[in-house]
Amino acid sequence: MHNLTVYLLISAALFLLGLLAIMTRKNAVSVLMGIELMLNSAGLNFVAFSRFSSGNLNGQVAALFIVIIAAAEAAVALAIFLNLYRLKATSDVDKADLLQG
Amino acid sequence: MELLSELIFYCFVVLTIGSAVVVVFHPRVMYSAFALLFTFFGVGVLYLYLAADFLAASQLLIYVGGILILIIFGVFLTSSIMSLEILQETHQRFIALIPIALGGIVLLSVILSTPWTTTATTEAVPTTKLLGRLLLTRYLVPFELASLLLLAALVGAMRLARYFRTEE
Repeated sequence: MHNLTVYLLISAALFLLGLLAIMTRKNAVSVLMGIELMLNSAGLNFVAFSRFSSGNLNGQVAALFIVIIAAAEAAVALAIFLNLYRLKATSDVDKADLLQG
Repeated sequence: MELLSELIFYCFVVLTIGSAVVVVFHPRVMYSAFALLFTFFGVGVLYLYLAADFLAASQLLIYVGGILILIIFGVFLTSSIMSLEILQETHQRFIALIPIALGGIVLLSVILSTPWTTTATTEAVPTTKLLGRLLLTRYLVPFELASLLLLAALVGAMRLARYFRTEE
């Protein structure tokens, strides 16, 4: 059977890809996709440690809370994007500078 | 049997990472969104390999059925073009590679050099009952806070996304 390291490597790869999406994408929805990738990688880590080095289910509960927070975050983020699109007719995160004074 | 299971596992690893790469690099937003579906699905299958059956089911239901639909709605509502060809620009691709490389080196060295304490893996049992018990005993307060958070997000998202007229 595969061990803990394999899962940690997969989740590290997902985390770095999500980070790359956040840093390089201009479209706000794509940035949100990057955030979702990073949240998924964190959840995978929690479940892997729960399986291989704790012997209990606490890690799975943490991953469940990550899913809940990701859902709430996606809903609020998309509402904000809608407003941004209404105000500035763009979904480019660089153009969201209304607070810049 | 063991070999077959191993083979399927690595197929799903390739699916997960490969579609995540498509999410990050594809120039069309809709293609990225659909690639994200396969990433979520792949992570769900990895949860199954980790004996987390309830979590795998909720990953499929919430991520694939909920969040992804929300993201696709977001793509369509924030673009003026009614086609699949909504392009997206990328910027700073080469500057971004520096922190990615640094972070990758740090993560890799930590993962490979740390002597992880592992316990013997037990037989996979259905986790739904155990998780429910944990959520209503040890994690009762975070559980209730999470429901409050979801309610706040529901009301807040409706308030934010509502069409409001400007004062003039």
